[in-house]
Amino acid sequence: MTRTTCFRASLGALAALAPSLFFPAMAQAAAAAEVPALSGGDTAWMLTSTVLVLAMILPGLALFYGGLVRAKNLLSVLTQVLGVACVALLVWFVWGYSLAFSDGNAFVGGTGKLFLSGITGDTLSGTIPELLFISFQSTFAAITAALVVGALVERVKFTAILLFTPLWLTLVYAPIAHQVWGGGIIAEWGAIDFAGGTVVHINAGIAGVVGVLFAGKRIGFLKEMIPPHSLGLTLIGASLLWVGWFGFNGGSALAADGAAAFAMINTLACPAAAVLTWLLAERIVSGKPSLLGGASGAIAGLVGITPAAGSVGVMGAIALGFVSALGAYWFVASLKNKLKLDDSLDVFGIHGVAGIIGSVGTGILAAPFFGGLGGDDYALGAQTWIQIKAVLFAIAWSAVGSAIVWAIVKYTVGLRVTEDGEREGLDITDHGERAYNL
Amino acid sequence: MKLIIAIIKPYKLEEVRDALAAIGVQGMTIAEVRGFGRQRGQTEIYRGAEYTTSFVPKVRLDIAVTADLAPKVLETIQQTASTGSIGDGKLFVLDIAQAVRIRTGEQNDDAI
Repeated sequence: MTRTTCFRASLGALAALAPSLFFPAMAQAAAAAEVPALSGGDTAWMLTSTVLVLAMILPGLALFYGGLVRAKNLLSVLTQVLGVACVALLVWFVWGYSLAFSDGNAFVGGTGKLFLSGITGDTLSGTIPELLFISFQSTFAAITAALVVGALVERVKFTAILLFTPLWLTLVYAPIAHQVWGGGIIAEWGAIDFAGGTVVHINAGIAGVVGVLFAGKRIGFLKEMIPPHSLGLTLIGASLLWVGWFGFNGGSALAADGAAAFAMINTLACPAAAVLTWLLAERIVSGKPSLLGGASGAIAGLVGITPAAGSVGVMGAIALGFVSALGAYWFVASLKNKLKLDDSLDVFGIHGVAGIIGSVGTGILAAPFFGGLGGDDYALGAQTWIQIKAVLFAIAWSAVGSAIVWAIVKYTVGLRVTEDGEREGLDITDHGERAYNL
Repeated sequence: MKLIIAIIKPYKLEEVRDALAAIGVQGMTIAEVRGFGRQRGQTEIYRGAEYTTSFVPKVRLDIAVTADLAPKVLETIQQTASTGSIGDGKLFVLDIAQAVRIRTGEQNDDAI
């Protein structure tokens, strides 16, 4: 069995300590004793999951973000998400995968799989072809980089976003993926991150906020009206994200098995609870439950369950949805405005905050007492401390790495369009077209 | 000849149009406009960011009528467009100096 699969979602060290914590840990431990063989069922499910995650980005995330900006910036957001995703896929195949999933040190993988060297159609990763594992992982890299776009919309140049992507994937994403899933330092601690609470969501949230510190706020922020132009598009996008998330979480089991089923039911329960929580909070605080609130709640719940999907029970998932939505709602509706932080589409407010709640909450809710799958000898306090350490380490790595990358971009191609260009809208300024010619 | 400018709630447009057609009004020009009066604006909230729109959507009707029909038109609009709540709109009446029908060149009352 190749090293890569042992650490993905089911960490070798943890599996040894608590064999019953994950189904894949058991499955893969059993497989390790025999000669690994390709499973048609697992392969079919992972092919499907990979396509589902791609649909989360294109068109899911693109439309979710696109509806939230003003009409004059719609195409800019769609093009940025499209461009970032494509750059990320290529980076992943050429060097990103090697830096994340080949043998290296505690912080970053090695160069052994640059250009995917040595990998053929027959090379297995667990019970699936390694080419499929690489494909699945490439969509994770792509969505994480694309998420960052949301913090910086309506003012940052297309070229700046495109330059950011390969640098950031190299310096930040691939190392953190290695640390958590590739056998690096966070995996050694035994942290649980089923589908990417730290690697994807906290990471993207921090990169977004750091980007805002470099790029500054939009002209008119907190002075003029900057309302979403099409919440219908946003709901279509949020719904596609939810559907795609079954591939994101369910696929992170890397098998068509009980763990994937757990991930699926939790990915239904947690967002449902989060949607209703957000709507209720709005009803109490501002009087009116809104569609945008519901869509935001769905994303908060999906993010919250991401690290926990394979290790908490369904009741735990509902509790996690409640807390994730409350935390994210409090951040975006209250704290963000006090900080005067123009994280425009709340990448940190939703992905960062719910990612932190989910990652830490996993440590608590995996306990059998809460219906979790942690097993009888589960050490709640110790595991929760490991989860907190993992979150803090990911935040620190992402913050420092992202700052370096944003600084490089800012002082080479520059971050922002001209002031006139920003007022005119980035669709015309950057792309020479308009979304709506009515 | 009088020009009556009516600012009314958008959803009252069809009702007003039908009522005016019934009393013999031959035509009108309408536009979707925004403005404020005593109603002030509306409040919109997006993820906690609260925006007060200072201008509320309304429909403006420009209706040219003969002087003797004008009082009836005013009365009809006032009764049809009224809901009794704030923001029902306003009516203005102006004198028309001259009117011409473009197709035929007819003048004034004949042109209306």
